[in-house]
Amino acid sequence: MGYSSVRGGLEAIEHAEKLIHNQVTEGDDVVEIGQVAGHLQLITDQVMGEGGVYDVELGALAVKQAEGDPIEASFLLRAYRTTLPRVGYSLASTGREMRITRRISSAFRDIPGGQVLGRTRDYTQRLVDFSLVEGGTPQPVTPSADGTVPDDDEFPLVIDVLREQELMSPAPERRVDDEPFDVTREPLRFPAGRSARLQVLARAETGALLSLAYAGMRGYGGAHGYIGELRQGDLPVKISHPVTGRAVRIGWVPVTECYQIVGGQATKHQDRPDYTMGYGVVVGRNERKAISMSIIDGSLKKENKSGNVIEDEEYVLYHCDAIEAMGFVEHLKLPHYVDFQASLARTSKVRELVKAARTNA
Amino acid sequence: MPKVSTLLEERGTQFAGYSFAFLDDMAKREIRRTILKAVAIPGHQVPFGSREMPIARGWGTGGLQLTLALVGGDDAIKVIDQGDDASVNAVNLRRLIAKTTGATETLDTAEATLIQSRHRIPEEVMREGQILILQVPIPEPLRMVERSVAAARAMHAEMDYSRMWLALYEDIVRRGEVSAGAGYPVLVNGRFVMAPSPIPRWDIPKLDDARCLFLFGAGREKRIYAVPPFTNVEPLEFDDYPFDTEHFDGKECAVSGAKDLYLVESPTEDGSTRWTASDTNYADKVLAGQEVDIQWKR
Repeated sequence: MGYSSVRGGLEAIEHAEKLIHNQVTEGDDVVEIGQVAGHLQLITDQVMGEGGVYDVELGALAVKQAEGDPIEASFLLRAYRTTLPRVGYSLASTGREMRITRRISSAFRDIPGGQVLGRTRDYTQRLVDFSLVEGGTPQPVTPSADGTVPDDDEFPLVIDVLREQELMSPAPERRVDDEPFDVTREPLRFPAGRSARLQVLARAETGALLSLAYAGMRGYGGAHGYIGELRQGDLPVKISHPVTGRAVRIGWVPVTECYQIVGGQATKHQDRPDYTMGYGVVVGRNERKAISMSIIDGSLKKENKSGNVIEDEEYVLYHCDAIEAMGFVEHLKLPHYVDFQASLARTSKVRELVKAARTNA
Repeated sequence: MPKVSTLLEERGTQFAGYSFAFLDDMAKREIRRTILKAVAIPGHQVPFGSREMPIARGWGTGGLQLTLALVGGDDAIKVIDQGDDASVNAVNLRRLIAKTTGATETLDTAEATLIQSRHRIPEEVMREGQILILQVPIPEPLRMVERSVAAARAMHAEMDYSRMWLALYEDIVRRGEVSAGAGYPVLVNGRFVMAPSPIPRWDIPKLDDARCLFLFGAGREKRIYAVPPFTNVEPLEFDDYPFDTEHFDGKECAVSGAKDLYLVESPTEDGSTRWTASDTNYADKVLAGQEVDIQWKR
């Protein structure tokens, strides 16, 4: 088969596979899965969230295998999760059930239950810590003054205050037996339902949402909202017991949740609340994405659209997914000999036509 | 036909943990049902729950899902990329299909029962019973005139193609020609305007009244559509500006000497142009002195 096999495609691919495999496996200091899971938590969290699988070991493995490329690692998880059978859907949990590790509000100084700063880099100085070169030593942390772990019920949502004062529309009614739209099993239709929209945004790429939210805040559609509440903690995963039908908790999943207060301009419709709520929720610790998601959700909810892209559901939902985006952008690396030849043929045809027209003129 | 369990044994542990043909049975069933609907409404884009595949979006995931939903252990699989069986992506897809199903790999267009292709229809005529699966980057032919998917769907439903015709007309006014090179829009069965995937104009006439089944899969855009055998497919054209293909008058393949086929040019070091066949299996057959039927139109 002299003609087609000369380029040795198979051999080249197998060689490339060995090269990337060796990058991850060669040397005396090969990265352990436990090191990734324990010390590179944020990248592991991001990959689990965008890959749509909550499994720390699998997430860390994906990060290792992908040499730390978050999009490639999420892609590995997505391609794995798609082969798993869909056993069922969990019951809805609300933020009120969260076991909180951090909780702030930038709208009110004193909030019911109090603010909890928790683990954050927000108020640290971004100086390179050279002591970490030699490993560094852990600092002793003393428990906070009262040291009591507040009961979950002591953390009502800040947003409830606005709802009670009728400044914000009440939470939509949700029937318990409503099955969510599953974006991994059904193609999106527009207008997309709320569950579809939130799923797409929750799986979206952090950088993509950040960029869209920033553009919105700068004047392309969104507005500078207020963080009613930003919280980190664990949410219970509950399912309906297959025999008794009662709700049972089967585990916990760490999440970051953001309630964005959007709007606030006085309207002529006095009977309507002034503010709407933009919601963001992300697996693991990823505040940047939770805040961005809440800004975008708030923009998409707007009733009077200004025509900017971040208020356009099709624009946002079709373009925020990194797995889809990177695949299509990087497919440009594939040969395009045939299409480019077709384009060349058209170009030279038009050129001939122009030339002929000039000669005749 | 070999049983799945036998195939799994033959394939060994390398693919343990995954289903036959990678996709789970529910996904395969959904895709097969979508195919049936697509065949029943030629040229109509049917949405489906496109699964995430172990290859990247835009690299043939739509075509791959169609292939994996249809392939059985006794199929002979051919995968071509831009006409070439040895192109790295074609090799990669073919070995994934073979590895997860035990199907036979082939380069021979006539021998293949399923052919997955990116941007080419083979030169050799395909017969009844064969299926050509084309990978599609953008399934919506109206995308260039209407970017909203919801609005374009309504335009198809109402057969409102006025803006499409206007765009073609404006193209002629500006350039003297319809500028679409690869992926020239076609009207299927007198009803739906369809994106034929970025095949060159050369391949467009082969779609009309063919004996094989054409399936189109767009993985990222989550659409499947079809041109069944013996279906009327016409390129959009004006009476005074008829559709025309590429021409390779007087040129031949520099390797095989084959004529009357789609050629691609590459610049050479001495500044001249070298023309070679895009369909490598056809060139191989010509080189071996075989008789090949390339008359798609009867």
